[in-house]
Amino acid sequence: MSTTELESPVTANMKKVCPLTEIPRLGARVVKTAAHGNIAVFRNADDEVFALEDKCPHKGGPLSQGIVYGKRVACPLHNWNIELADGCALAPDQGCAKSFAVQVQEGMVFIDI
Amino acid sequence: MKKMKLVMVGNGMAGVRALEELLKISPDLYDITVFGAEPHANYNRILLSPVLAGEMTIKEIMLNDVDWYEANGIRLHLNKKVVKIDRVKREVQAEDGTVEPYDRLLLATGSNPFILPVPGKDLPGVISYRDIADTDAMIAAAQTHKHAIVIGGGLLGLEAANGLKLRGMDVTVVHIMPWLMERQLDRVAAGMLQKSLEDKGLKFALERQTAELAAGPDGRVAAIKFKDGSELPADLVVMAVGIRPNTALAESAGIYVNRGIVVNDTMQTYDPKIYAVGECVAHRGIAYGLVAPLFEMAKVCANHLAHMGIGLYKGSVTSTKLKVTGVDLFSAGNFTGGPDTEEITLNDPMGGVYKKLVLQDNKIIGGVMYGDTADGAWYFQLLKDKQDVHEIRDHLMFGQNHLGNVGHQGQNKAAAMADTAEVCGCNGVAKGVIVKAIKEKGLFSLEDVRKHTKASSSCGSCTGLVEQILASTVGGAYQAADTKTKPMCGCTDHTHEEARATIREHKLLTHEAVYKFLEWRTPNGCASCRPAINYYMLSTWPHEAVDDPQSRYINERAHANIQKDGTYSVVPRMWGGVTTAHELRKIADVVDKYKIPTVKVTGGQRIDLLGVKKEDLPGVWKDLDMPSGHAYGKSLRTVKTCVGSEWCRFGTQDSTRMGIELEHDLFGMWSPHKVKLAVSGCPRNCAEAGIKDVGVIGVDSGWEIYVAGNGGIKTEVAQFLVKVGTHEEVLEYSGAFLQLYREQARYLDRTIHWVSRVGMDYVKKHVVEDAENRKALYARLKFAVKDYADPWRERAEGRVAKQDFEMLSA
Repeated sequence: MSTTELESPVTANMKKVCPLTEIPRLGARVVKTAAHGNIAVFRNADDEVFALEDKCPHKGGPLSQGIVYGKRVACPLHNWNIELADGCALAPDQGCAKSFAVQVQEGMVFIDI
Repeated sequence: MKKMKLVMVGNGMAGVRALEELLKISPDLYDITVFGAEPHANYNRILLSPVLAGEMTIKEIMLNDVDWYEANGIRLHLNKKVVKIDRVKREVQAEDGTVEPYDRLLLATGSNPFILPVPGKDLPGVISYRDIADTDAMIAAAQTHKHAIVIGGGLLGLEAANGLKLRGMDVTVVHIMPWLMERQLDRVAAGMLQKSLEDKGLKFALERQTAELAAGPDGRVAAIKFKDGSELPADLVVMAVGIRPNTALAESAGIYVNRGIVVNDTMQTYDPKIYAVGECVAHRGIAYGLVAPLFEMAKVCANHLAHMGIGLYKGSVTSTKLKVTGVDLFSAGNFTGGPDTEEITLNDPMGGVYKKLVLQDNKIIGGVMYGDTADGAWYFQLLKDKQDVHEIRDHLMFGQNHLGNVGHQGQNKAAAMADTAEVCGCNGVAKGVIVKAIKEKGLFSLEDVRKHTKASSSCGSCTGLVEQILASTVGGAYQAADTKTKPMCGCTDHTHEEARATIREHKLLTHEAVYKFLEWRTPNGCASCRPAINYYMLSTWPHEAVDDPQSRYINERAHANIQKDGTYSVVPRMWGGVTTAHELRKIADVVDKYKIPTVKVTGGQRIDLLGVKKEDLPGVWKDLDMPSGHAYGKSLRTVKTCVGSEWCRFGTQDSTRMGIELEHDLFGMWSPHKVKLAVSGCPRNCAEAGIKDVGVIGVDSGWEIYVAGNGGIKTEVAQFLVKVGTHEEVLEYSGAFLQLYREQARYLDRTIHWVSRVGMDYVKKHVVEDAENRKALYARLKFAVKDYADPWRERAEGRVAKQDFEMLSA
């Protein structure tokens, strides 16, 4: 899921991650969570933010370490291309990484976990 | 906004390919309507021959079924022949009265078989060979009749004859010329082909001109009569004497036609609202009948329909492969030669092998191969690339010997491999899997096969084999990629060379500037072009261009090698492979402190610490307090050395010192790909300098420098560059060679790939013969690596990229 600045207030189960500026443009940060393991939080060139399980559906590569372009990331292990919006691999590859809802409020990034 | 209306007349391979390309780049621009005269959706016409031969079914050769049209929102009118184009009202009308308006019209009406104007041509039992209906008619005839005559000894005729023979008919091929396939084969190859087809039971009547087809008592064709008075029995006559572009519709609408519908390089007809692609077209005076050029046209046409306005179709060189199982035949280009051409021929009639290459000005311009066509794709590539072959001329005839290298048991002939044999050793892909994917998914290019099967997508050593499998499965439809004009990636139509030249000429220093100036289709490139552009900027404008870490692969971003489990490996630099007790103690302490699971000595004489967590990297580097070994970079890796004259009783030169000097000299050098060096102290060459990018070998009177060796996928022996006397000269010549490589190779080219393109003569001319140029090259290299800060130290001290190594929690 993605979003830029949303109007709606941050809902209760949203967890604070970090200020948007601490995620590099066209890059990602890794968030450790108890419930879902590592989650990769990406920021693209338009400051859209996306959160995916940090595990490529192919062989579990850490997507957070891949090259981010447009609204996709290329897995660093075998170059599968993953859609940031839904975590799914680009055809003909098949499989999806779990995706999480994201909100940015006043420059702070929140994820729904 | 209301969408524009695009109407396509003709539902064959070229047209539908154009739609596919269009949907890829601009899916929402048009409301699309397609008219097809046949009752079928889009099928692979090339594979009708295997269907006739009973090797495939119609279902297997469908490329786009009706669901595809529906899924893409395309209105499909099957069984409706368009009979009228009203260019004023901008609408087309079908035979049944269906009318569709258009804003853009795409004509893809294909071709019609040429029917000999002889008496009896309309008799029952006389057919052409063009579509599914013809194929069905032949299959039906084979069940009830005996004598088949195929008129035409070209590609199509022979494939038809072969199929009918396999279906049990007695088949004679009638041909007006003195030998078969005279447009693709010379007399020798044609003779060998004829013999092998005769062995399969086909009969031939050459130099025979048809006078008349005569009917029997039941009104069906019964005999074929020739001008020389002879005749043969015939219950089925297949006319396969050629095709003619189907231009009737265009002509009736007043669109300019000459042989085919005349188009310009953007596939536009004389009516700017009307485009045309495929066999119906005449481009620069040529009408193509093979599918590969049609796909190129489709791509260009789609680009212009999508208002991208780039890409020109400039004509094609075509190659031919006969799809008759058990007959291996390949031809391309001008194979007959002329006054200014030379020929290299290999003729082994007993072994059933014949190869002929035609050369002009040291370039291949054509060739014919029979019996052993394994290297056809390679020769065709050399032909298309207009590669100068004089340096490899003495072994050209023996082919590209690396087709079977490592990972597939040394096999180099795809045809001889069993379906279960492993082709791609990296991804474990068997031949049968590739063939199945090609047939079922309708794949035509190496790129497609890589995407769908993963074969040849990792190390690439099986690329030659995969190309062979493609060529033998789809026949003439296969077209080797044109490497000289191949765009960098899907983001652009520019080649690597064009991008680099523009960065230089216009002094582009940021990614944004490059993508804007070169009109990239994507906002910030992709994982393929961005690292390349980053390198081109850094290598062209050192100290000025902005190095973007997000445009580097993870290893270069993290300054460590990512492993399969997401941990990293750390290789500290040990200059020339020499270490000390102090360094070893530090390494041992780091291993204990960070509980590093594996310590391994590498092939390049260094120590590798494997399994380090990313967040531990800065600490590991700080405690090691050794420079980065760059084992992760497209950069200088290691200089491997033997002990040399300091200790060795055979040593003639101090190779260890030379190695250390080289390693210091090149420290901090980024390059198109990794660069490995070695220095040996005598010709026994214990440092294995013969397989390095730069290999230096000490002799009593000085040093020999070898370049462009490689010990990887394909073992390449380094080639002699020069012999010099002093250490300083070794540094200067090696540095100049590497700088030339840095400035001219494509990103991800190893030195051998680049040198095999430009040739050793070129390298020697710039590095050895031209002293001034050599010094300038070396000076540019020294400038580029000047003041290089050790990346580990910067990060260990927390000065750079601190957040890269910190995890967040939530």
